[in-house]
Amino acid sequence: MGAFKKMELAVGVFVALGLAAFFMLAMKVSNIAELGEDKGYKVTARFENIGGLKVRAPVTLAGVRIGRVVGIGLDTHTYEAVVTLSIEPRYDRLPTDSSASILTSGVLGEQYVGLEPGGMDEYLKNGGALKLTQSALVLEKLIGHMLTNAVSGDNPPAKTP
Amino acid sequence: MIDGLRRLGRSTLFWLNRLGRATLFLLRLLSALPTLAKRPGLAIRQLYSVGVLSLPIIAMSGLFVGMVLGLQGYANLVDFGATSSLGRVVALSLARELGPVLAALLYAARAGSALTAEIGLMKATEQLSAMQMMAVDPFARVYAPRFVAGIIAMPLLAGIFTAVGILGGYFVAVQQLGVDSGAFWSQMQSTVKLFDDVINGVVINSVVFGWVANWIAVFEGYDAIPTSEGISLATTRTVVNTSLVVLAVDFVLTALFFGV
Repeated sequence: MGAFKKMELAVGVFVALGLAAFFMLAMKVSNIAELGEDKGYKVTARFENIGGLKVRAPVTLAGVRIGRVVGIGLDTHTYEAVVTLSIEPRYDRLPTDSSASILTSGVLGEQYVGLEPGGMDEYLKNGGALKLTQSALVLEKLIGHMLTNAVSGDNPPAKTP
Repeated sequence: MIDGLRRLGRSTLFWLNRLGRATLFLLRLLSALPTLAKRPGLAIRQLYSVGVLSLPIIAMSGLFVGMVLGLQGYANLVDFGATSSLGRVVALSLARELGPVLAALLYAARAGSALTAEIGLMKATEQLSAMQMMAVDPFARVYAPRFVAGIIAMPLLAGIFTAVGILGGYFVAVQQLGVDSGAFWSQMQSTVKLFDDVINGVVINSVVFGWVANWIAVFEGYDAIPTSEGISLATTRTVVNTSLVVLAVDFVLTALFFGV
């Protein structure tokens, strides 16, 4: 084997190692598994306030991830946020009266959509809508409520004669 | 006062002059690429010296950087009971910044300096003039193969650095400190994005860094004063300028990718 052939072999090994490193970064480190074309069926949910929800946020049911948020829009008539959820086709037995709420994982975690199954016999299909929704908890509003409650609690209601 | 202004003007003109020469040099380098495509063996030979021979230092540094990130991350996250996010901390810091930047700095020190010294010495011993005498274009025969090989090597080295670093972090976090292996990988996979972090973070960054580092290294060799002192000066300049420019370009790229 000539010196040049050996060098070619070494370069080949080097390039293979580099490509293997990228393969590992793509498969093991990043979320390529979710990048495949979106086969899930789409369901919309309307929220008064979505807080810090982002596109690609997980959609979970009983803590199990069943899909993700694929779109966030605003209905300019009702001023509600319209969130499009893509749910994996194998979870096709979600009752139509399921409810969606925006929850936070941990104290400082990211926000996600949590579904609660309802009791209807009909199941959600592509293009369906979730009617029952619960908005994100906005910390400032919560504190505002607590303060007003505290203030009104301090002043007992005027006695009626 | 007047002397100071004069010196300022002179050094400004000097730098502008060099920048212009470097740009013209780059253009000639690019125009020599078609000739290189006919003889890829030249680039493979260079890929061996800048890529394969840089592999040990890159892999070792990556391993240690990853291990340090694992240790430091653990020490800081354990106060919040958030050690399960260690995987994401290690992977994001490596993929977005440390991998490509440190690989580029190590590359400048390990390969860039060698490129400059080699070309400078070729110039000093009049090998380049001899080539021109024989109607061999040194751009196609000497500069372009080194430049191209460096640009190919840089992303591969950065990818290896990042991957080895993550494995080093995994070793420290999971094997030594007892972080849950499942949480380590799943937190990493749920945060690291293929396009934003791996493609933009590692690949694009390191291609740009490779471009900059090799451009500077080859140009400094081309522009070196052909004396032993001139070559040592040029080698130093390669390492210093590459480090500064890589860090500055990294800021610009980060602002582009992650800024608002």
